[in-house]
Amino acid sequence: MSFLEITRATLAKDIRLEWRSKDAINAMLFFALLVVVIFSFAFDPTAEESRRIAGGLIWVAFLFAAVVALNQTWARELRNQVLDAYRVSPAPANPLFLAKAFGNFIFVSVLEAVMTPLFVAFYKLRVLGPAWELIPIALLGTWALVINGTFFAAISLRTRSREIMLPLLLFPISIPALLGMVNATTAVLTGEESARFWIALLMAYDVVFTTASLLMFELVLEAE
Amino acid sequence: MAEIQLNDYAVTADGVVKQFGRFAALRGVTAHFAAGKLYVILGDNGAGKSTLLRTIAGLAQPTRGTISVLGTTSIKNLRAQIGYMAHPSLLYDEMSGIENLRYFAGLYGVPEARCREAIEAVNLDPDLERLVGQYSQGMRQRMSLARAILNDPKLLLLDEPFSNVDFRSAHEMAALLAKIRDRRETLFVVTHQPGLLQSIADEFVYMEAGKITDRSSKLRTTEQ
Repeated sequence: MSFLEITRATLAKDIRLEWRSKDAINAMLFFALLVVVIFSFAFDPTAEESRRIAGGLIWVAFLFAAVVALNQTWARELRNQVLDAYRVSPAPANPLFLAKAFGNFIFVSVLEAVMTPLFVAFYKLRVLGPAWELIPIALLGTWALVINGTFFAAISLRTRSREIMLPLLLFPISIPALLGMVNATTAVLTGEESARFWIALLMAYDVVFTTASLLMFELVLEAE
Repeated sequence: MAEIQLNDYAVTADGVVKQFGRFAALRGVTAHFAAGKLYVILGDNGAGKSTLLRTIAGLAQPTRGTISVLGTTSIKNLRAQIGYMAHPSLLYDEMSGIENLRYFAGLYGVPEARCREAIEAVNLDPDLERLVGQYSQGMRQRMSLARAILNDPKLLLLDEPFSNVDFRSAHEMAALLAKIRDRRETLFVVTHQPGLLQSIADEFVYMEAGKITDRSSKLRTTEQ
């Protein structure tokens, strides 16, 4: 089986497992919904204030909710030590990593697709800048979250308190990406400045961290 | 009688030490195991049996010493020729038996038809739609064995394959192992029920405190 076929088969397997268990998606949706509702009660902003803070609120909500899915990704491989079955097989390491990253990308994208209309409704948002730019921002931002999240979730896999370890590793390294997502989203919502620089920053961040993760994942997988 | 050449050995261990922190699970194991034989590894809990199996499978790296499998120390390159069954099932609970095996067959580049053969070989029904999580412990063990033999391995490593398996099924599994051995494949079986393999085992290997203390073609009467 080729690299791409193993990636596809592993991704299909992960989607099937999630579809049957709904471990990650239910927890993510519930968590993100709570954050949006709590924030809306806590701030009660005007339309202008909403546009200024919405970028920050929505991405922080997605980041926190994504951690739930990221922890589940590898936890599923630890049950019955199934990861060892992959490790003793002749399949290379990176298709497993890419499949996990794509799987998380799909799960977090579903979360965003469900939560964004709710967010718009709760905060009475109206986009003043070029709305189409929100699509590359969402795609690049989501990839930035999941690529690092998948990698660091794999690193924290064998630590005793991995649920705590993941945010401790992930949040600091996500700061440049989070800055890019928040500023780009705010720029589009307020229409006061161009989001191009922040989109370029997100693109560079994604390229660097995807490459680094792919180069190092085999070491992480083989670690005892 | 022809003299055994070095490359006739399936496994050669030379002063293998495996430490987990300050605890040494293997304390200088030196041994040669000829190809095409069935070895039963015996010893109390904590004797190092499972660690020895994991080291042979390439899942654990020796802290000191070398281990050569099928003529090479680069175990990674011959993973397609190794079958490994651990104490946990190494199966996804949320998938059926055939779904599990199809996924792993993909990793080994084995045709899908082989999945049905492997399941039938362990006397399970390939069309059983029940999820592995709903299997009895005995069925799970047999499905786990089916996964381990999926790639027709030259070297089959089994860690407690008979635990929680009923008497009749255990005898059927033992008969299957005899057939595999008769095809000149090498088997290592860690078990606390050596009596099941008494008539088919070529050698009993006794371990104690991380060392091989004795090897014999006959099972000690105290173990029967």
